[in-house]
Amino acid sequence: MSINPFISLFGRSPIGPMQQHIAKAHECASNLIPFFQAVIAEDWEQVEHVQQEMSRLEKEADKLKRNVRIHLPKSLFLPVPRSDLLELLSVQDKVANRAKDIAGLMLGRQMTIPKPLQPMMLAFVQRVVDASEQALTAMNELDEILETGFGNREVNRVTAMIEVLEDIEHDTDRMQIEVRRSLFKLEKDLPPVDVMFLYTIIEWIGDVADRAERIGNRLEQLLAR
Amino acid sequence: MALLTDYGFILLVLACLFGFFMAWGVGANDVANAMGTSVGSRALTIKQAIIIAMVFEFCGAYLAGGEVTETIKNGIVDIDVMTADLLVLGMMSALLASGTWLLIATNKGWPVSTTHTIIGAVVGFSAFGVSFDAVHWGAILPIVASWVVTPFLSGVVAFGLFVSVQKLIINTDNPFENAKRYVPFYMFLTGFMVALMTLSKGLKHVGLNINSEESVLLAVGVGILVMLLGMVLLRRIKIAPDANRSTYFASVEKVFATLMIFTACAMAFAHGANDVANAVGPLAAIAGVIQSNGVGELTAKSAVPAWVLLLGAIGIVVGLATYGYKIIATVGRGITELTPSRGFAAELATASTVVGASAVGLPVSTTHTLVGAVLGIGLARGIGALNLRVIGSIFMSWAITLPAGAFLAIVFFSILKLIFI
Repeated sequence: MSINPFISLFGRSPIGPMQQHIAKAHECASNLIPFFQAVIAEDWEQVEHVQQEMSRLEKEADKLKRNVRIHLPKSLFLPVPRSDLLELLSVQDKVANRAKDIAGLMLGRQMTIPKPLQPMMLAFVQRVVDASEQALTAMNELDEILETGFGNREVNRVTAMIEVLEDIEHDTDRMQIEVRRSLFKLEKDLPPVDVMFLYTIIEWIGDVADRAERIGNRLEQLLAR
Repeated sequence: MALLTDYGFILLVLACLFGFFMAWGVGANDVANAMGTSVGSRALTIKQAIIIAMVFEFCGAYLAGGEVTETIKNGIVDIDVMTADLLVLGMMSALLASGTWLLIATNKGWPVSTTHTIIGAVVGFSAFGVSFDAVHWGAILPIVASWVVTPFLSGVVAFGLFVSVQKLIINTDNPFENAKRYVPFYMFLTGFMVALMTLSKGLKHVGLNINSEESVLLAVGVGILVMLLGMVLLRRIKIAPDANRSTYFASVEKVFATLMIFTACAMAFAHGANDVANAVGPLAAIAGVIQSNGVGELTAKSAVPAWVLLLGAIGIVVGLATYGYKIIATVGRGITELTPSRGFAAELATASTVVGASAVGLPVSTTHTLVGAVLGIGLARGIGALNLRVIGSIFMSWAITLPAGAFLAIVFFSILKLIFI
């Protein structure tokens, strides 16, 4: 007995694996909080430990991503456009990538954060992780959306969630400007190379929220038809 | 008519064996697709599915299978052109050819359908074994057309059903309450459709004579009965007290799972009416000829003997009991993406279409019709992912099955002619 045609009619729904992937990507990004706490405490052992954890999570997310792609052949008939789904997947993956970049660079250069900047920086990171979490919450509605056959009610719920995500991202933009302004005031007393890299890190942290917002945009695109 | 008088009884016994074997094959293999949908969506356990399949396949074959059997028996072959000897041997070779081909195809995992094999074999032996004019080509065209039309039709019906479920139940403020309110109507529809289609062609062979008005009334009665039974069952379903948003729809699906018990019965009934009936069609032809001893006109007008349908019905139950339950389990495990709110629409659409086709005597494939229904739901954005390559393989199976059935039938026909004539 080999494959029954009726069984093979049913492909594996990509929704569940997509949700697993964003969950993994968010888990990686959320480690930025313990990471920065360790950096501020200058506990380098802990910094390295968290960085390795993030690197592991990013690799797992990559694996999940590849898995989703493999199971999305062109012959599959999906309730959403396949290209939008793949696009969304790659944006999701970029959240984890950026978070890992931040940890990697900061550990590699043993970067410290100037004392006056620390509380502001922690709040900034926290808000960025909030953005990623909101993206996860919205993505977690995707199975309900499928269950309701893309009914208006569910879609509107998700659209509202995406609006919240946009608000959070605006917050992070504002905070990013504040952190940069504060750094600018301190920069002449600090080693120039360190300052340059700090600016890079601030930008990258902002990137994580930007990418989380892009997940929301892609999700909106996916649902609009 | 030396052949029929000398060997009549032996031929009849052989034909019964072949016919039983075909019905067994249908029960062992083909039923799985019809019942697996309910098992996969967890509306039924395997044991429940088997019991429903046994009861309703039997009823379907016995009560509503006559028209399709009739078509195979004398709708395809022109009896005026053929002698009684040739008809008996030909139908036997058609049974043998179909049995053999299904066995090969099942072993290789090819998606073939009993219906297509039988038609291919019957057309094969009469067109090439006897004469090209021995086939009612005018009757073949609607049959082949129905193979395209039924999947399409059930797809449209399933699409409509699923959209109506979305509008009335799922996409509302209170899906659970609305499910309890509207699901009984779908139950009514299930009972009504199946009863109407079955009754419209009458149940003369079981001694019931009813006209069309009576049958509509009776169908309404059956529908209401089904609905009342369903309402009793639904009363037990309550929403889980600790339900949050993500588990809420599980309770709604439970309501649909109850509905699926009824559509599963309809499905088994439809499958019995069509697939079993066409498996025993050739047997009916043989029995008709042999019982009239091949004298006079070739019993074109005589009805399908009830015992032939009974044999088919028993064959399918034995097939289910010996082998079919395993395949139902396999199919059930394979189909987990289909939730009851989708599964019921697929089953109701398929059952109505197939029972309708059975009533007008068209032999169609239940599996293909079911595939059409599932695609219809997919088009309504109801299913996570569908593999469109299956459509291609179904078309391929048509392209292979018809000539293969025909070829094998010709081979067996030649061999049987060598032996008996």
